[in-house]
Amino acid sequence: MAEKTYKDAIREALDEEMARDETVYLLGEDIALFGSIFRACEGLCAKYGQRRVLDMPISEAAIIGTALGSALTGLRPVAELMFIDFTGVCMDQIANQVAKIRYMLGGQVTVPLVIRTQGGAIRSFAAQHSQSLEAWFMHIPGIKVVMPATPYDAKGLLKSAIRDDNPVLYIEHKNMYNLKGEVPDGEHLIPIGKADVKRQGTDVTLVGHSLMVLRCLEAADRLAQKGIDCEVIDLRTLSPLDMDTVLESIAKTNRVVIVDEGHKQCGAGAEVAARIADDGFNYLDAPIKRVAALDCPIPFSRPLEEAVIPSTDEIVRHIQKVLA
Amino acid sequence: MNGPLELQGKRVSTSRDTEFLRMMLRIRAFEERVHKIYLDGEMMGMSPHLSCGEEAMAAGVSAALRPDDYVLTTHRGHGHVLARGTDTKKMMAELCGKVTGTNKGRGGTLHIADCSLNVLGANGIVGGGLPIACGVGYSIKYRGTDQVCVIFFGDAASNQGTFHESVNLAAAFKLPIVYVCENNLYGLSTPYANVSATPDVADRAKGYNIPGVIVQGWEVNKVHEAAVAAVERARAGEGPSLIEGKTYRYYGHSASDHRPYRTREEEEEWKCERDPICTLRAKMTSSGEISEDQYNKMEAEALAEAEECWKFASESPFPDPSTVMDYVYG
Repeated sequence: MAEKTYKDAIREALDEEMARDETVYLLGEDIALFGSIFRACEGLCAKYGQRRVLDMPISEAAIIGTALGSALTGLRPVAELMFIDFTGVCMDQIANQVAKIRYMLGGQVTVPLVIRTQGGAIRSFAAQHSQSLEAWFMHIPGIKVVMPATPYDAKGLLKSAIRDDNPVLYIEHKNMYNLKGEVPDGEHLIPIGKADVKRQGTDVTLVGHSLMVLRCLEAADRLAQKGIDCEVIDLRTLSPLDMDTVLESIAKTNRVVIVDEGHKQCGAGAEVAARIADDGFNYLDAPIKRVAALDCPIPFSRPLEEAVIPSTDEIVRHIQKVLA
Repeated sequence: MNGPLELQGKRVSTSRDTEFLRMMLRIRAFEERVHKIYLDGEMMGMSPHLSCGEEAMAAGVSAALRPDDYVLTTHRGHGHVLARGTDTKKMMAELCGKVTGTNKGRGGTLHIADCSLNVLGANGIVGGGLPIACGVGYSIKYRGTDQVCVIFFGDAASNQGTFHESVNLAAAFKLPIVYVCENNLYGLSTPYANVSATPDVADRAKGYNIPGVIVQGWEVNKVHEAAVAAVERARAGEGPSLIEGKTYRYYGHSASDHRPYRTREEEEEWKCERDPICTLRAKMTSSGEISEDQYNKMEAEALAEAEECWKFASESPFPDPSTVMDYVYG
């Protein structure tokens, strides 16, 4: 397998799906000539033309509405929202229209639509460009939520998302575009709705998604030196959640630390914790521990920003607590 | 006015006026029946938003379309869906939450859709359908067909940001969309004039460099004429148009609305002087196009259809609760 960046894995998935299916097209802000702000669409307009790589005005509601109307009438749009924070200006289109239309219409339509966006902090982008808003969308039935943490998953999940007949919100992390990893050439699909055990272990289960998976793996490496054996689960899909994989792991380790870059209150991690409490309480030898962002807007200044987001040190401390 | 005409793709031997009259009577009868069902407590949920008084808009615009054209509509959309030829029994069943409904009881009045007729749905969010129309328009262009998308919206929706986003995009990309504004003067209780910068919605078209026309929304032939021109323009690849029909809803916004914001005199004036059915009937009677007997027969047929719809809906079963999760995902 060739080593590729997360960004290149995304571009490769888009390229392959566009080549495979004439109904797949991209739309978004600054994606055609500019290649999208993190360059994930670079070269695609030159290859496929502006009909299939469509630059849109800064009209987020129209971007999502355009994707939806075209998905209802035979196309497979991949809409890009430059920052997940901008879902705030098109929330009606996503939450009330895209996610609900199939159900409201009694199954008369399918909605094969992907919204690609990126979130997360650690770049000093401040409060309106750094959020982890996945929990908002986990609360809305009808839209799937996918968050790859490796180049391998980035390609496989995006290709699956594009082929899915349901709306999929595909959330990249702005701090991971240059991350390198092995990515298969050509056909490579990762099923939506399946978590992945990124590291096998026996002492404690760490559950994370997106960038926090990398921090969990770092924490696991550090603790391995002290003889502590962590299992790391990458949720990969947040809606629908694959709790089977999580519960199976906890049945083995009897301890769990959930790590979430989103805010602690009502975050993705809160949902995972609640489901473990519902269905896995008997497996536990220690209380469920959650590590999440402080309930504070994401600050600009680097030391402040780092204080809000779970660090590897903080994750290590909490793991040690549940093992104490 | 006499002679055969393409109406909804079917060659009809009756005159265009007769077809318009029949369509408007059917919409009126259907909605009057809906109103009664609601008052009788036989209809669940939010009271339906009735378009009685606005029938010429639905009938006139719809007759300008081909069967493969698309329609998106509003929370006041029963007439638009009916005019596209939907099975009214299924629509009534949907309003009553029955499994035989167009949306299998999942949508109700606010989400009526019939995708077999390319009616992609009413919308519960004011202005919510406007961005979706852009996607339908872009898809038509992408696929290289000469279909057209009509999006109905109200005067109040023209003050939503989605109106600007949608019309600007459609104009910039020359999308085959016809924007049909039914200006019934009030957004629930708020007069359009009190909260809008321009006296007419059609004025906004100038800002997007597209045609904007005002029509007397109770004159079905005038509505039709404007729609034909806008549809032709869209089909020819020349881009979107905006049609504003001045109209009036006889009932309140919904059943809980006792209309304190408008006078009974104003209501009477619209009903007596600008009723779409009476206007057309008077014209047809004076020209000898229709006799009293023919009108009465047509009206009786419309009432019988509405009654048959209620019978079908009332006798239909509710959806099985065990199927509640069907259609969340496809």
